[in-house]
Amino acid sequence: MRTTRSLELGTGLFVLLGFAALFFLTTQLPGSGLKLGRESGYLVTARFDNVGDLKPGAPVSMAGVSIGRVESIGYDPRVFKAVVTMRIQPRFNEIPDDSDAAIQTQGLLGGKFIGITPGGSETYLKGGGQIEFTQSAVVLENLVNKFFANFARRGSDGDKPPATEAQQQDGNGSK
Amino acid sequence: MSRRSLAESPPAVALRRIGAVALFLVRILGQCLPALRQPQLLVRQLYNAGARSLVIIMLSGLFVGMVLGLQGFDLLQRFGSEDALGVAAALSLLKELGPVVTSLLFAGRAGTALTSEIGLMRATDQLTAMQMMAVDPMRRVVAPRFLGGVIAMPLLAAIFSGLGLFGAHLVGVQLMGVDAGSFWSQTQGAVKLEDVSEGITKSLVFGVAVSLIAVYEGYHATPTAEGVGLATTRTVVASSVLTLLLDYVLTAMFL
Amino acid sequence: MSAASDTVVDVRDVHYGVAGRSIFSGLDLTVRRGRITAIMGPSGTGKTTLLRLITGQIQAGRGEVRVWGENFSTLGLREIYRLRRRMGMLFQNGALLTDLSVFENVAFPVRAHSDLPESLLRRLVLMKLQAVGLRGAASLMPTELSGGMARRVALARAIVMDPELLIYDEPFVGLDPISLGVILRLIRQMNETLGITSIVVSHDVKELSAIAHDSYLLSQGGVVASGSPMELVQSGSEIVRQFMSGAADGPVPFHYPAADYREQLLAEGGR
Repeated sequence: MRTTRSLELGTGLFVLLGFAALFFLTTQLPGSGLKLGRESGYLVTARFDNVGDLKPGAPVSMAGVSIGRVESIGYDPRVFKAVVTMRIQPRFNEIPDDSDAAIQTQGLLGGKFIGITPGGSETYLKGGGQIEFTQSAVVLENLVNKFFANFARRGSDGDKPPATEAQQQDGNGSK
Repeated sequence: MSRRSLAESPPAVALRRIGAVALFLVRILGQCLPALRQPQLLVRQLYNAGARSLVIIMLSGLFVGMVLGLQGFDLLQRFGSEDALGVAAALSLLKELGPVVTSLLFAGRAGTALTSEIGLMRATDQLTAMQMMAVDPMRRVVAPRFLGGVIAMPLLAAIFSGLGLFGAHLVGVQLMGVDAGSFWSQTQGAVKLEDVSEGITKSLVFGVAVSLIAVYEGYHATPTAEGVGLATTRTVVASSVLTLLLDYVLTAMFL
Repeated sequence: MSAASDTVVDVRDVHYGVAGRSIFSGLDLTVRRGRITAIMGPSGTGKTTLLRLITGQIQAGRGEVRVWGENFSTLGLREIYRLRRRMGMLFQNGALLTDLSVFENVAFPVRAHSDLPESLLRRLVLMKLQAVGLRGAASLMPTELSGGMARRVALARAIVMDPELLIYDEPFVGLDPISLGVILRLIRQMNETLGITSIVVSHDVKELSAIAHDSYLLSQGGVVASGSPMELVQSGSEIVRQFMSGAADGPVPFHYPAADYREQLLAEGGR
């Protein structure tokens, strides 16, 4: 009888652990998966011209410290802008309402995140509030295109550019 | 070449073997439903295949994850992207290391036990005795063991991956100072449900393959001590090679 | 008709071979109801193969094996299993299921084939264990038993379904004299008190002669002698006399077939 009980106990433990792990992997790991309770924090929205490859679940940080996550990304057809909803942890409840939100990149290959630069207002953001000042994602291709467009224009009409500028161009070109 | 030597040539022998294993699988599948009606047998086999492999799987998962944490951090640091450590660890654990390493360990731990157990039953006439008592050993012995292995494998692989992720977190966040928030949020941002289901599918397929080879080798072992030993070795070799081969095929399918 | 219904096992002109080597060529043999039939023969004459034919584990290449009038080669697995429920078999080493206790081993066939209430099952199993004198060992595991005890438990398991035919495969091998005496007594007792038809395969002539009603001596692919043990001992046949007295050389040669000894030695010396 004792062997049966320990057998059932061991099997139960194994099955429980296995399903807990499976549950964790399938629902908690993928950003699109189930959100389990105790999702605390208040929601704040911001409108961006371009969110680049920002994804739900990306961190929201202030002065390099993570204060929340991107909850969802939508589109507002009236103003042709992306609407990003962020969930900010409740203990960061003193963010000036004239703060600035910018989409930034982590490291060289890292993903996008939202960096918030505090403003100087005396009133703070509350749940459902909106950050008015935004800075869109820097899209690398646009940047490169702009650079080459500039380069081509200068090359065609600038017959004898100033020496300093030529040096700068050389420096850029070799990079 | 005469007909006889052609039939005994290595490719023909290998082909016959594959055919025999496939037919054996069909016979097992026919007995799976009746085997499910004997839950106490299944529970015992789940215990043998799963619970008894738990410690080795948990330890291995933890250490593989910790190594991933160290190596991944070292590599990603060179690109200033150490925040992506969670993604790197999670994807490699979920899609490859979890199912594959679990399958290899399972073959060594549970597969060999299955083969030698059934082989010994064969060697001591227990299987024949059952047949003489009009009890089909395929139903009573083989099918529950096969099912136990097939069910245990995905659970073990999930435990392996989960603990591996914990190990990577331990090293990356606690030891190397990666930000915990971005470690998890980047992971959650990058890991898709398809990545998880790819891992689960793989471990299910490996579970079928390894359990099938283990019970086949045991059931067909030469009924001597030496024969059972040889069958056990064959189980480890065949199921390891098959795991890696199937892994390539499945990866190619999922990409 | 009475003679036919008296026959339990009927083996007619059976040919059987494995991997090109012939084991039986034209074997005839009859087992009659309520009797102990001994099947004897030197090692390697296919005694165990004969048992496998009689229990339907293998099929004869030619000829027919009938048990209770039913021809195995015409039966499906389901029918073979149905026939086997009327048989009990005692294996050489007992073949107890190692992961079950003595009690559960004896209960195994009952559980597999009926839904007997636990209390009835318990009474039945203990009764059978009592018959082999091992009621006290019910809770032991097979690994804790001696060889003789394991065989007695296996006997209890073989009779738990009240078979009409009991088959003993080498029941005396490796037993000490006391255990051997116990098994001998049990075989006779099963036959006399329960009327079970018995087939005993062995090469222990002395033991078999004491209990068998009919006996067959197998050699060289067929039956070389049959009759009561007494008739066999008094047989004029040289091969029967060699086997019954245990002479080293005779019709069954001491030497495995080989080239001429002197020639081989000379040939190798010359090389």
